[in-house]
Amino acid sequence: MTVLAAEPLLTPVYEYPKSLTHVPTHYCPGCTHGVAHRLIAEVIDEMGIRQDTIGVASVGCSVFSYRYFATDFAQAAHGRAPAMATGVKRANPDKIVFTYQGDGDLASIGAAEILHAAVRGENFTVFFLNNAIYGMTGGQMAPTTLAGQKTSSSPDGRDPATTGAPLRMSELLAQVDGAAYVVRRSLHDVVQIRRAKKAIRRALEVQRQGLGFSMVELLSSCPTNWGLEPTAALAFIRDEMVPVFPLGDFKLPAEPAAAAGAAAGTGARA
Amino acid sequence: MSIELLKGNVAFAEAAVRAGCEAYFGYPITPQTEALEHMARRMPELGRVFVQAESEVAAINMVYGAAAAGVRTMTSSSSPGVSLMMEGLSYMAGSEVPAVLVDVMRGGPGLGNIAPAQGDYLQIVKGGGHGDYKMIVLAPANVQEMIDLTVLAFDLADRYRIVTVLLADGSLGQMMEGATLPPLRPLTERPAWALTGARERDTNLVSSIHLDPEELARFNDHLQAKYAEIEANEVRFEEHRLDDARVGVVAFGTAARVAKTAIAAVRDEGVAAGLLRPISLWPYPEAALRALAERVDALLVVEMNAGQMVEDVRRVVEGRVPVRFFGRTGGIMPMPEEIADAIREVADAAGAGAPEAQPQEVNA
Amino acid sequence: MTTDLVIAGFGGQGVLFAGQLLAHAALEADLHTTWYPSYGPEMRGGTANCTVVISDQPIGSPVVARPEAAIVLNLPSLDRYEPLVRPGGLLIVNASLIDRDVRRTDLDVIAIPADDVAAELGSPRLTNMVLLGALLARRPVFTLDHVAKTLEAVLPERHRHLLPANRAALERGAELADAVEVAAATG
Ligand SMILES: Cc1ncc(C[n+]2csc(CCOP(=O)(O)OP(=O)(O)O)c2C)c(N)n1
Ligand code: SF4
Ligand SMILES: [Mg+2]
Repeated sequence: MTVLAAEPLLTPVYEYPKSLTHVPTHYCPGCTHGVAHRLIAEVIDEMGIRQDTIGVASVGCSVFSYRYFATDFAQAAHGRAPAMATGVKRANPDKIVFTYQGDGDLASIGAAEILHAAVRGENFTVFFLNNAIYGMTGGQMAPTTLAGQKTSSSPDGRDPATTGAPLRMSELLAQVDGAAYVVRRSLHDVVQIRRAKKAIRRALEVQRQGLGFSMVELLSSCPTNWGLEPTAALAFIRDEMVPVFPLGDFKLPAEPAAAAGAAAGTGARA
Repeated sequence: MSIELLKGNVAFAEAAVRAGCEAYFGYPITPQTEALEHMARRMPELGRVFVQAESEVAAINMVYGAAAAGVRTMTSSSSPGVSLMMEGLSYMAGSEVPAVLVDVMRGGPGLGNIAPAQGDYLQIVKGGGHGDYKMIVLAPANVQEMIDLTVLAFDLADRYRIVTVLLADGSLGQMMEGATLPPLRPLTERPAWALTGARERDTNLVSSIHLDPEELARFNDHLQAKYAEIEANEVRFEEHRLDDARVGVVAFGTAARVAKTAIAAVRDEGVAAGLLRPISLWPYPEAALRALAERVDALLVVEMNAGQMVEDVRRVVEGRVPVRFFGRTGGIMPMPEEIADAIREVADAAGAGAPEAQPQEVNA
Repeated sequence: MTTDLVIAGFGGQGVLFAGQLLAHAALEADLHTTWYPSYGPEMRGGTANCTVVISDQPIGSPVVARPEAAIVLNLPSLDRYEPLVRPGGLLIVNASLIDRDVRRTDLDVIAIPADDVAAELGSPRLTNMVLLGALLARRPVFTLDHVAKTLEAVLPERHRHLLPANRAALERGAELADAVEVAAATG
């Protein structure tokens, strides 16, 4: 008798992550905030840490990210998520803590907080969504805005002579001794998205091992405030942003043997 | 000069330009951002300074610096951003530099929301930062006043070497109304105390430090004397239909303009209500309010907060008449109907209905 | 005399501009006016609305709990404003995007397939003008002429060539509204 090959047919190839709620997001069509949420949620599922994870939302378009993640969440003041996460993590050293911050939040108003979280080697993970603009407030210049890029507060294009050049936070933070893992990825196509997911996994592993501060910068789109169609916005990341914000690993943890000592006493969970 | 349809945020920003503001520093925040965006275009056009600061903490300290250098300077923000400026404002008061701050208030506390509110009254009027200091606080109620009071704010700031605040709200920032802009004024001269380089004069110092207690006490005496002078000279308010009023409504800004609609409605029913609208929140129109309290049967304070200015009203009235409060929080603007209900209630409680309008007839 | 109304729809349907045009026209006619928009992340969901008040008296509140008239360009806006329009008020519906009937019976309802009319007139961007024409037919605060002149004054130079089309849209909207009998309930 032929038995129906039920097994291969029923192997799930796509599931809604348990770490995401079923609330429809408020993000604009073509915005990659949603992609980043999905990747983080998948990794949390795969690591089985949903009930041990605490997120800290920043102020930007992702201010409502607490609605979308099915984990404990706090919502910080603009730029202060790394300080708030410091408090959350120090009070919960055995939990996995992450912040989710935009480029205005992290690189502008919160530049001091992110820098000193790294300096202290705070053992939490930062997901840094860099879309080269202030999305939520309607498209003003950010420290990451490209030279010549027109925004509502740089109507003639960003002029490096008076407003500086794009700030590369990953490169900057990689200089800090307390930073264990700092990488930049992009969300502009499938290959990059898969790489981004691996980095998210690695960052959370670094935290789980108690190795110190970890950050994944994700180049992200803002079709609404860039004035581009969603596909053109992805091309903008690839063609305009990547050359200014090169993808790569800027800081990797020391080899496991050496790292084992550093992790002692941090209460990392298996 | 012609009347134009202007958005409140654009109107006050352009008014600042016309008043001779030479340097603007700010950080985006709703519902004020159109002002920053206007300045981003306008100031460079005129060869003046526009800087988008990395934060409100930085913005107010940039203003502090430009003010110390003796130019007309300003920043604008909304409640959460203004909270971050408190340290800088205290330092500016402590070194007596003039500057203008516009606070387009939104719902709080915390991140709250972006809807119109008046929840920063106590923070702005009573201090907010540390130490004994005051800021002149002007509260516009329409787009024309967003313009006129901005110009006045620069003049008062210079005259008294003080920070002057335009305390508006999201509604005034976002709405469009007909208004007239003043002509472009010439830039002001730098005052003698300003930091301009010690050429052919002794060095100047802008600082708020007075380590010796006696010296700091003397400086505080000087500040208090200046504040007394401002209290004597710079009180501003509007009286609306108060001549025969039995119920006095006290409200500022948007709450006041909505109250006017409510007053018109209850007057049609014979309830004699009128409005005292403080325009300067500091100095507060204490004499006018005290006089009003002598004439009416009751006062009703209307605010878009949980009751802040009402503390000042009770302080000034000293129990002469009952003071009731009606407020909406959450960034909700009170509707004229709600205020009218509150006025009727206060009138009933005080027996203040006009004789020809018995409550039964009103309900009929 | 005071007229207040809400115009609501998706962002990009010219909702805010239609309201501004009315406010400009009011100023040109020496009347008092306020224009008050929805703003901020509220718009991110894609809806936009504005409240316009026009009066011969100074205006108190720029917002109204129960507007006297509403122009709704999409279904969410109908759902939101149908219950709010004052009894006996005017409700103008963009029938091209809204396929349900108005439930209230105490309103003067004008349903116009404004997107289709606009397309016939040559541009989908004229929807707002068609509906504005309908409003002015029922609430003749100003003549179509006055609004067309105002439009000429406020349109930037590079859009001037659109004036005739806008004028035609206003007129077509007014015609379509005139063809609808005023509901009995509104007397
Ligand atoms: C103290 C303070 N200042 C300003 C704001 C207004 N604000 C909200 S979000 C934002 C910028 C967000 O930009 P970004 O961090 O790049 O996030 P995005 O929206 O682009 O994802 C600003 C300036 C605020 N909420 N608090
Ligand atoms: S404004 Fe930009 S960053 Fe914000 S949700 Fe829309 S596309 Fe995304
Ligand atoms: Mg951003």
